[in-house]
Amino acid sequence: MIQKHPKTLLTVITEAVLEAALVRDLRELGAQGWTVAEVHGSGSEGTREGAWEADRTIEMKVICDAAIADAIAGHLLSTYSTNYSLVLYFSAVSVVRPDRY
Amino acid sequence: MAIDVVVFFFILGVFARLVKSDLRLPEALYETLSIYLLLAIGLKGGIELSKQPLAALAPQVLACMALGFAIPFLLFPLLRLMRLAAADAAALGAHYGSVSVVTYAVATAALAREGIPFESHAALWVAVMEAPGLVAGILLARWAQRGAQAGGPRRAGGWGALAHDVLFGKSVLLLMGGLLIGALAGEAGTAPIKAVFVDPFKGVLALFLLELGLVAGGRLAEVKRFGAAVLVIGLAVPPLLALAGAGVGLALGLSTGGVAILATLAASASYIAAPTAMRIAVPEANAALSITAALGITFPFNIVIGIPLYINLARSLTA
Repeated sequence: MIQKHPKTLLTVITEAVLEAALVRDLRELGAQGWTVAEVHGSGSEGTREGAWEADRTIEMKVICDAAIADAIAGHLLSTYSTNYSLVLYFSAVSVVRPDRY
Repeated sequence: MAIDVVVFFFILGVFARLVKSDLRLPEALYETLSIYLLLAIGLKGGIELSKQPLAALAPQVLACMALGFAIPFLLFPLLRLMRLAAADAAALGAHYGSVSVVTYAVATAALAREGIPFESHAALWVAVMEAPGLVAGILLARWAQRGAQAGGPRRAGGWGALAHDVLFGKSVLLLMGGLLIGALAGEAGTAPIKAVFVDPFKGVLALFLLELGLVAGGRLAEVKRFGAAVLVIGLAVPPLLALAGAGVGLALGLSTGGVAILATLAASASYIAAPTAMRIAVPEANAALSITAALGITFPFNIVIGIPLYINLARSLTA
């Protein structure tokens, strides 16, 4: 059986205009990699259809150590949650090459 | 004045949205069309630029920039009187201070159809009018916030990031790039690409307006949410600003068509550059309010009713 290592997957769903700022934050807080996809959907703040450029939403996934995921989430909450649509959640994941995250 | 054929496509888009049709233009097509329109508008203006001395255009460029910069300052006190929050008034001002390239394109199509000549380098005015209104709106928002506690949420970007996003953002980059390519290559140099960038322009504009109709139709539901205030702003602000634009056009000694275009540019509201810039620079402003006014009300008003009005205004002012 292949050896697995526990890591935290932090998923962030927010407005696409924040992407550049988020990437900067993730780097500063020690994340080693992330994946970004464009999504659309609806939530407590209303519907974001992504129908044109100023209305896009992104989903950002970061796999990292639990402490780093906490630091990132804390920073995002204090910096952006007042004025931007922001969804965050943590999942426990297993990886095979832990040094990559 | 009859409605220009491209406007029917916009109305079709709004209709499709209202009847909940599943019509949706693919994202990639929307992107392609917008890149095409920006480049084609820039190229067309650039070809004309190659025919005249650049120094003579300096007063027009400066006046256009000043007009864009002044609009938020003009609107801010009026919107505050309507009891809008300072951040919302500033952000709305920025939307109206900046310009809508598609509204410009529809105005030039209407002028061409009416046989009214206009300064063919007018694309240059569009390119320089995108940024000043945004800067003014941000200045107003920062000024209104002075004294507010510094410990509030951090902003996503400073002036440097904003300048980068506006100057090197898609719309200014493509418009300016097109202007430059057109000016350098001239009429003869651009002849080989004319079949792509000049002849099909109006058809592409029609397709893009179909998409914008779908988007604007989606904003109509939001009008109810904000009530009469957003209707008043979206309908009353454009004619008011058109008067200011026409005044500047007259002062510059522009032709009838030129006055109509400057009136249209002043009356138009940005719904691409401004919402993005305001989200970053003035995040406390209500984005849905500005977008509903700019895209849900002002844009349809301008292309269906406003542009014919502004052309008549220019006619009577320059008669």
